[in-house]
Amino acid sequence: MAGKKQQGKRVLPGFGMTMGITVAMLSLLILIPLASILTYSFRLSLSEFWELIARPNVRQAFLTSTGCAFLAAVINCVFGLNLAWILVRYDFPGRRLMDAMIELPFALPTSVAGITLSRMYSDQGVLGQFLQKMGIKASYSKVGIVIAMVFIGIPFVVRALQPVLEKLPESLEEASEMLGASRMYTFRRVILPELTPALLTGFGLALARGIGEYGSVIYISGNSEKAGTQVVSYIIMQKLNSGSVDYEGAAAIALVLLVVSFVLLLLVSIVQIAAGRRTKG
Amino acid sequence: MRKECLKKWTASVMAAVLLGGCLAGCGNKDAEGDSDTVTLTNVSYDPTREFYEAYNRIFAEHYEEETGKAVEVTQSHGGSGSQARSVIEGNEADVVTLALAHDITLIEEAGLIEPGWLEEFEGNSAPYTSTIVFLVRNGNEKGISDWDDLIKEGVEVITPDPKSSGGACWNFLAAWYYADQKFGGDEAKMKDFAASLYDNVLVMDSGARGATTTFVENGQGDVLVAWENEALLAMQEYPDEFELVTPSISIQAEPSVAVVDENADKNGTQEAAKEYLSFLYTQEAQRLAGENFYRPTDEAVLQEFGDVFDLSVKLCTIDDFGGWDQAYADFFADDTIFDEIYNQ
Amino acid sequence: METKAHSQVKQQKPRRRGWIPGLLLASGILFFFIMLVFPLGEVIYRSLKDGFAVYASAITAKNTLSALRVTLIAMTAAVLVNTFFGLCASWLLTKFEFRGKQVLSTLIDIPFSISPVIAGLAYIMTFGRMGWASPLIDWLNELLGTDISFVFSVPGVVLATIFVTFPFVSRELIPVMQAQGSSEEEAAVMMGAKGFTVFRRVTFPHIKWALLYGVILCAARAFGEFGAVYAVSKARGKTFTLPLEIDALYMAGSAESITQAFAVSSLLVLLSIVILIVKQIVEYRGKREA
Repeated sequence: MAGKKQQGKRVLPGFGMTMGITVAMLSLLILIPLASILTYSFRLSLSEFWELIARPNVRQAFLTSTGCAFLAAVINCVFGLNLAWILVRYDFPGRRLMDAMIELPFALPTSVAGITLSRMYSDQGVLGQFLQKMGIKASYSKVGIVIAMVFIGIPFVVRALQPVLEKLPESLEEASEMLGASRMYTFRRVILPELTPALLTGFGLALARGIGEYGSVIYISGNSEKAGTQVVSYIIMQKLNSGSVDYEGAAAIALVLLVVSFVLLLLVSIVQIAAGRRTKG
Repeated sequence: MRKECLKKWTASVMAAVLLGGCLAGCGNKDAEGDSDTVTLTNVSYDPTREFYEAYNRIFAEHYEEETGKAVEVTQSHGGSGSQARSVIEGNEADVVTLALAHDITLIEEAGLIEPGWLEEFEGNSAPYTSTIVFLVRNGNEKGISDWDDLIKEGVEVITPDPKSSGGACWNFLAAWYYADQKFGGDEAKMKDFAASLYDNVLVMDSGARGATTTFVENGQGDVLVAWENEALLAMQEYPDEFELVTPSISIQAEPSVAVVDENADKNGTQEAAKEYLSFLYTQEAQRLAGENFYRPTDEAVLQEFGDVFDLSVKLCTIDDFGGWDQAYADFFADDTIFDEIYNQ
Repeated sequence: METKAHSQVKQQKPRRRGWIPGLLLASGILFFFIMLVFPLGEVIYRSLKDGFAVYASAITAKNTLSALRVTLIAMTAAVLVNTFFGLCASWLLTKFEFRGKQVLSTLIDIPFSISPVIAGLAYIMTFGRMGWASPLIDWLNELLGTDISFVFSVPGVVLATIFVTFPFVSRELIPVMQAQGSSEEEAAVMMGAKGFTVFRRVTFPHIKWALLYGVILCAARAFGEFGAVYAVSKARGKTFTLPLEIDALYMAGSAESITQAFAVSSLLVLLSIVILIVKQIVEYRGKREA
């Protein structure tokens, strides 16, 4: 293993250059601005910081954001795989149009998306009426938050899977099936392992986007502290926009949010690398 | 063949760069105005959009007549609190026209506005005012006529979150003042009243605009507690769908204006900025405010709009709460009255 | 147009019928309709509700055109910067082993995980009036005789857009390059090929489509970004992008301006369709040449 590492480094050129460019751009554009948030949040003493984070509304918001985002990311993985699969493997009328529309959630400003969704899923709305009859209150509840997060997360999963699926030869499945494997077995043991890294990427992205989402969520969530439908970004904006303009408090909560998402992404990428190693053998 | 493909890629990237460059170039030309034009930036809040659009036109005419110079006003709208914050953060506003004096105080505290701005113009520097009213659906099925009716069981109220929107603080204070009058200052009872009112709140949006959308477009709730100008606008835009109910007691909402001294001095627009704000007090501008459903402060012009506004309502002012800074510290800061009643 | 390799393969395989494809199609399409078609339908319906004249006047308004310009500038800048970065970063992360690789890889992904609210805040706290870099910028401006500002200005919008789309290209490239391995490149180098030639002749053909997906995602995300840009752009008609303009129209509250908001939204949808067509053309050419 160690020998191979050394070899890889020696054989291919460009290590120094790409390292330099990557680190420089990353620092200038991303890390230095983020460090400013850090410095702001450090203006609070440790006990103030802790007191703020432990406030029931802040804790509740973290639970809501992570919980709903997780659920939404799982839903997105299931349906994202489904969509990517039919887009790549099947031919049906309107396929290209469907392909085009996957990016729609990116094209609508989040606030317009949020308002549109809240209207559609309210008990007066096109889809909300049916849910209402089934006893589900969609808009202005956690269900609404999940819906908004599914909406904004779907392109991440589909677009992460598509290129990998396109590269995955159908002959692979055929061979497996010819050898007598069932479809389920083929899917689980042949296709899914190939897709896992991409699926995890999509999952991680959808999850991370959901946790931090603001614009599309605030119009559909109802932002009720009692019902636990305030999300973390909402609390941050509350700190900033209310009459106190509490930069330190906002930065402190933002910092925790950053750490939470960073840890989640790190976990996803560790699983991803492990999965990558396994498939490579 | 691969080379060919790469060439095409390079070509398309170049094309994109050129396009971007051209567009950026055009931008620069646009930005350079001639020296006879004064450029002002007015940072305002959401519902004043139509008003200032019209006002900027009449002001430009007036200013050109007076000084011979053209004036161009760049508008900026958003939630009042976030707008104030953007000025603190470097949005170079020459004037601010926000929803409450407290937001302007924040800019003053950041050192951008000289103290004493509140007295610079008449009536706490609020050239137009509004008040808090109820918007109900046609027929007023729940029979809502005053604040008392909002705490009845089964009444669903829509009002924005005062912890997130400065404008929504007026809503809370109006209800509080009503309770104060009703219970003769018995604070325990007043808190109970406010608690049961906010218990009935079905959806608490982040701002006034969101709340209006929730009530008007999404059909949620029985009553929207709103600024009078917002309520009248909704009635105009959706005729025959809503009724306006003015409670017996409400608050005089004063959206204040101020010159942002530091920016105006830097841009050399102090004079024009002052003129811009004082012209708001002229009859012509006051009439325009009335047409946009803000109550003119000019008594004579206000009477002209007697059929639009219910002038019989008893109004308290922010001074009854000791001014905005006091009111904010008493009611809306963390762990003060609002948190207490909401989490009861 | 229908020259895609796998669609030909598909026709040769009547064997693969059964209830599974039907089920997958049905559930995929149902989900697609509920989550994507309905909201879009609402946008289109509402934008044309008041007739085409209102629609036309909305999308040719001065503010809309200015917003379109700023959007295109920001999008172009973001795509260029992030493609360059993505190629460098994915080469680094897939072709070499080094300490801290995992952390670096996760750091690159940070903008994904960041709430747009925080992204805007980060730039404000750095370059804004009260940010620590503000005196530095003032000093530079004085030195160079310029008046460049990184917040509440077009450069600020560009920066914020680059921030939120930063990892899009690299994220698309890394899985594909990882799956590909580096044995081909190593062989090419051993045979004496130079660095950039190896990339161009060996790596590039493999990652072309992933790169394109990345660019498309990046572009789509760039012109749709709202939250982060909103924090640093406040002047309508000057620094507003299309999403901000739509939001402004929507929040104006009159029934007419809501229609206008949806009309301008449809412009954004149109922009994404244009990007799709570009993608199809490149794809078509690519397949034909292969």
